[in-house]
Amino acid sequence: MEKEELKKIIYQLVEKSTGKKKLKQSDILKKVAADQGLEKSEVKAALRELMDAGELIFTYFGGSFVEIPPKE
Amino acid sequence: MSMKHQTPLLDELEKGTFPSFVKEIKRAAEHSDYAQDLLGLLELSYKEKVTHWKHGGIVGVRGYGAGVIGRYSDIPDQFPGVAHFHTVRVNQPSGFFYTTKALREICEVWDKYGSGLTNMHGSTGDIILLGTKTENLEPIFAELSSKGWDLGGSGSAVRTPSCCLGAARCEWANIDSMSITNEITQHYQDEMHRPAFPYKFKFKVAGCAVDCIASIARADMSIIGTWKGDIRIDQGEVKNYAQNGMDIQKEIVDMCPTECISWDGSEFKIDNDDCNRCMHCIAKMTKALRPGTEKGATILLGSKAPIVTGALMSWVIVPFMKMEPPYTELFELVDKIWEWWDEYGKNRERIGELIERLSFTTFLKEVGLEPQPAMVKEPRRDPFFFWSEEDIEK
Repeated sequence: MEKEELKKIIYQLVEKSTGKKKLKQSDILKKVAADQGLEKSEVKAALRELMDAGELIFTYFGGSFVEIPPKE
Repeated sequence: MSMKHQTPLLDELEKGTFPSFVKEIKRAAEHSDYAQDLLGLLELSYKEKVTHWKHGGIVGVRGYGAGVIGRYSDIPDQFPGVAHFHTVRVNQPSGFFYTTKALREICEVWDKYGSGLTNMHGSTGDIILLGTKTENLEPIFAELSSKGWDLGGSGSAVRTPSCCLGAARCEWANIDSMSITNEITQHYQDEMHRPAFPYKFKFKVAGCAVDCIASIARADMSIIGTWKGDIRIDQGEVKNYAQNGMDIQKEIVDMCPTECISWDGSEFKIDNDDCNRCMHCIAKMTKALRPGTEKGATILLGSKAPIVTGALMSWVIVPFMKMEPPYTELFELVDKIWEWWDEYGKNRERIGELIERLSFTTFLKEVGLEPQPAMVKEPRRDPFFFWSEEDIEK
């Protein structure tokens, strides 16, 4: 799978969970790796690119979660 | 700069012979608005007996999910200087060694962008820079990075590993605690900066069982230097201690936790099979006793302070592991433990709590460790001999 496509899947998963359930990094790795038949390391690399680009961020509310940054 | 707020309650804490944090904040307040309003906020908290801090939220530097702890005042209009008062954790060097130049660099960055207040060091070991605004975080990170510093861990991540002074200052270090700490830090950079776990995970490395870093009480994984074989005894030096006034019976023999030492006034004997390598005798008679020559570490797991549930002490999981670069055996073990924790751990559940919940037996099976007598934590708590369905002949 192309990395850009994988990034899109990860982003959509986080977007879909917004307001319903906060996702931890491990939740994303497990779910996407299982759904797409990929290694967790591949999902992790794509997630890291999203983080480095600021498209997703880590937040802390009684635990560390991955979320979409708030719109300014 | 004159004081913006009257602080009669805090002023009480300047009295007495001990150093006072109030005195230090007042010094900082001479040139810092942060510190001025910090005094005002703290005075109000003392008066009302309620905290005015909120923590957490969305603060950090791009790409990292750790190293910055968001802190806000719940009354920012009253104390605008501490409307944001974020903490920045900086990864300390192994053994806390600094040049004066390195400390000046840190202080200059912090005077420029923050309150000028620091903790040296936080309980995990990081350099703690107290109080800055959200918009200053990226510039702070950029300046610190350009000088070779990096942020430490926070949140549900590997926390900055720390260690005792080890072989750098101590002749009894059984392992190179500083090298091991540095290797762990380098190896787990991703896990430290990008929180991926159910909760925090701390490594602490102690050169010997004296455990100056208190790893057995404070680290999810305690790595404590030890040895195999017999304690080396210089009988002549033992006699010198006795002649110089040491009561060997009272101070050494009677203090041995496993009662494995005897002393008849002329010969000092140790039953090494019964010795639990606590280091008491060696630390008391440094000239007469030395650890055995085959060095390594005992790996323990699970200690924590009482945050979500009660305090736990670490538990032996590997009685003896050779600790030589590149530490492959250690890293493989850590990865297996994390895999199990990641699979079964609940949010904010430390590894020690998971073991308590699912049992040590389950942990050993899942991680692939053989049960051993050294793992027995306390009397009547030895769940390591177990039978599964397939072991029973029906």
